Amino acid sequence: MSLDLPLSPGCSAAPVLRERGQHEVFCGLTGIIWLHRKMQDAFFLVVGSRTCAHLLQSAAGVMIFAEPRFGTAILEEKDLAGLADANAELDREVGRLLARRPDIRQLFLVGSCPSEVIKLDLARAAERMNVQHAPHVRVYNYSGSGIETTFTQGEDACLAAMVPALPATDAAELLVVGALPDVVEDQCLALLNAMGVGPVRMLPARRSGDMPAVGPNSRYILTQPFLGDTAAALDRRGASRIAAPFPFGEEGTTLWLQAIADVYGVTADRFDAATAAPRARARKAVAAHAATLSGKSLFLFPDSQMEIPLARFLARECGMRPLEVGTPYLHRALMEPELALLPEGPMLSEGQDVDKQLDRHGAQSPDLTVCGLGLANPLESQGFTTKWAIELVFTPVHFYEQAGDLAGLFSRPFRRKALLTAGAKP
Amino acid sequence: MKLTLWTYEGPPHVGAMRVATAMKGLHLVLHAPQGDTYADLLFTMIERRDHRPPVTFTTFRASDLGGDTAGLFKSAAQSAYDRFQPQAMLVGSSCTAELIQDDPGGLASTMGLNCPVVALDLPSYSRKENFGADETFLALVRALAKPMARTEAITCNLLGATALGFRHRDDVAEITALLAKMGVTVNVCAPLGATPDDLTRMGQAHFNVVLYPETGEGAARYMERAFGQPFTKCIPIGVGATREFIREVAGITGLSADVDETGLRQPWWSASVDSTYLTGKRVFLFGDATHVITAARIAAEEIGFTVVGMGCYNREQARPLRAAAAKHGVEPLISDDYLEVEAAIAAAAPELILGTQMERHIAKRLGIPCAVISAPVHVQDFPARYSPQMGFEGANVIFDTWVHPLVMGLEEHLLTMFREDFEFHDAAGASHHGGKAIARVAEPEPVAAPVAVAASVPVVAPSGDIRWLPDAERELKKIPFFVRGVAKRNTERFAAGKGIADISVDTLYEAKAHYAR
Repeated sequence: MSLDLPLSPGCSAAPVLRERGQHEVFCGLTGIIWLHRKMQDAFFLVVGSRTCAHLLQSAAGVMIFAEPRFGTAILEEKDLAGLADANAELDREVGRLLARRPDIRQLFLVGSCPSEVIKLDLARAAERMNVQHAPHVRVYNYSGSGIETTFTQGEDACLAAMVPALPATDAAELLVVGALPDVVEDQCLALLNAMGVGPVRMLPARRSGDMPAVGPNSRYILTQPFLGDTAAALDRRGASRIAAPFPFGEEGTTLWLQAIADVYGVTADRFDAATAAPRARARKAVAAHAATLSGKSLFLFPDSQMEIPLARFLARECGMRPLEVGTPYLHRALMEPELALLPEGPMLSEGQDVDKQLDRHGAQSPDLTVCGLGLANPLESQGFTTKWAIELVFTPVHFYEQAGDLAGLFSRPFRRKALLTAGAKP
Repeated sequence: MKLTLWTYEGPPHVGAMRVATAMKGLHLVLHAPQGDTYADLLFTMIERRDHRPPVTFTTFRASDLGGDTAGLFKSAAQSAYDRFQPQAMLVGSSCTAELIQDDPGGLASTMGLNCPVVALDLPSYSRKENFGADETFLALVRALAKPMARTEAITCNLLGATALGFRHRDDVAEITALLAKMGVTVNVCAPLGATPDDLTRMGQAHFNVVLYPETGEGAARYMERAFGQPFTKCIPIGVGATREFIREVAGITGLSADVDETGLRQPWWSASVDSTYLTGKRVFLFGDATHVITAARIAAEEIGFTVVGMGCYNREQARPLRAAAAKHGVEPLISDDYLEVEAAIAAAAPELILGTQMERHIAKRLGIPCAVISAPVHVQDFPARYSPQMGFEGANVIFDTWVHPLVMGLEEHLLTMFREDFEFHDAAGASHHGGKAIARVAEPEPVAAPVAVAASVPVVAPSGDIRWLPDAERELKKIPFFVRGVAKRNTERFAAGKGIADISVDTLYEAKAHYAR
């Protein structure tokens, strides 16, 4: 795949259909499912309703019972009667929690729809608790509510909440931003190390003691497309962003690394030495799946804000034809390099009115539909081939060594359908 | 405010969704923020339903809150009506909308929709899922069912089966067939499979069969008052309960209680000598009250287990559960606190747990076999095969399901006889469950301090002032792990009662004789 930017402007100037109506998308609380595994000394305390607790245990599709580091402080009728009491109750519950779990060093108070509607001030609660539990525990707050956030925006809100508390530095460090699976994080660091780029720090770090410092000489690069607020918070600390497409697929990973290489003055020889072998492996791995995917049409329902980068990967590296690319929120500035690469043609849509979108979907009858769990089985039963989107967030998909796995997530539904169709023949 | 790690029930509006999704021709408009749509996947993924739940979420955002959320509700309700053309519509609020007090019922009543609109009251901050389902079904019946002349033939309604219920699909089939054998036809089964039009005909049945009090009793009581229809109280789970249910139906209808039991194998399976090893096995039961009460009866009377603990998470049914616990001579546990349930199970040291999806995880942690008897359940508890809990086939299914997790009789004896074997030892697990046998960890001998064997095996640790002498401690470890906890506790209790400070091998066996069952 050529690294040259395409001659056509791609989808940079394409119109965007903006819709509002029923969203078949999770709220931001869902991010806790992976964030609590990533940050090993953190506890996420949702201040909300029974619905929030029920969402958390249902959303992952499987229940994660291994010593959860998240919970819900469920509001009851008496908490709604007076906010003073609600604050006292919250302090008491947090006190009990921290007494029972002395291993917790970071506590996130996570706002929900109900806590925001009753205007329970979790920022002040966090301040209060920071005084009380410092220095052992650092207390943050952010909103994962459905009236403010969709799905992956929860991670954005969480990381953005941490940025103001990061220590200051004048060091010229590179921050790699976004919660990555440990294996992917290690690969990323190895690639940057091979390019001679460093020191490199991760946000979020696996443990609170390893959190990066930030300052006017810091540069940062996002690994996930949904981190707009975190980027803005880092900008406010004086750090500067390295703009790049996102590291999905061989091409995305190469362009992402190239953007860093350009800033750090990595020579072409050194860049090639670091990337040539994994690039070749990634191309080979993707090609195995591209044979299945090539020429197939694609419809993405909004889910994680990863839709535009994924459509770019599937179109350019796997030969698919995107018909509609839906995203819950389109962040222009972050998405510019991606839109430039995405071949012209698909309709871009932002937000959702699920019934209308299902009408468009039915009319277009795509070969592959990427959608949430609420829609997947109903669409399968109508004969569509689907890929449920949440797996894209819960599987290592970044960088070279996962490029083939990423393509495989999309080719597997086709292979499966072919097997079952063949098996059903007399 | 209450800290909750895991919850047995969802909020009440999920109960309303279970009713709406079970029915046809009905649509629910929920005033709710985006994100509450997560509940769709309970039905489409966990239950593998092939259609979306008939639920429209109004999807208000923070920016709408100062503005016209009521207008948003009305436009969502109107477009849902236009698109789906339901026979009847339910309107209600999720937890967040309850706080903004838009009154969906009042708003919908001004819209002139050309179908009955039933307003739901779902108090999210005090009640839970089962209440929401029961209330929703009651509200529908109250609004739609009318007094009617009885049918000529003897008919009944089946009440309480919903979407996402534990084996509701198959229980309905089993009980419908059982009633047919008696000469009773089902007039309407609801909510599962019914339309709003069907509900209007409920008054013509001679009586009602309540399958699940958790989700059907409110409607049954209403119809008893409004239409003079008696309803059955006995839940036909287990052989004894099924026979009792048949007698109850015979009493109401005057039909014969002599029903063909061909195909019922559970009593013989239980009586056959292979099942001897089941005698007195200690079971702990937890789930919804209905399933726990019926399961306790089966455990004690039909399989010969000993009930060492029972409880339910739904406070609404606490009274019958307390009565049943008294009958079995155990303390009832009424709690929806997962950690409290785990602690109670650990303390009771049962050999088998009969519980929900949650207890399956408790069981895994404690290394105790487990079978699921109640909601909440997960995708693997919606089997492709026919597997009711109710009626005679249900009794067969239950026998198989409960016995499967246990180590088989002769294998258990061999484990007791040759527990020093390096691969065939008690921590290796039952041989018919696959999984890799864990090699026994060699223990250094002699040991003064307690040695941890494997994470799942209870460690011998001194409790209070009582000390275990090294010989006694080694002897204790020779006791199969599934009864070791009980043996340890009984020995310590025995020692404490006798004022013995140092437990010797003799103390251990004296205690064994003392507590011999």
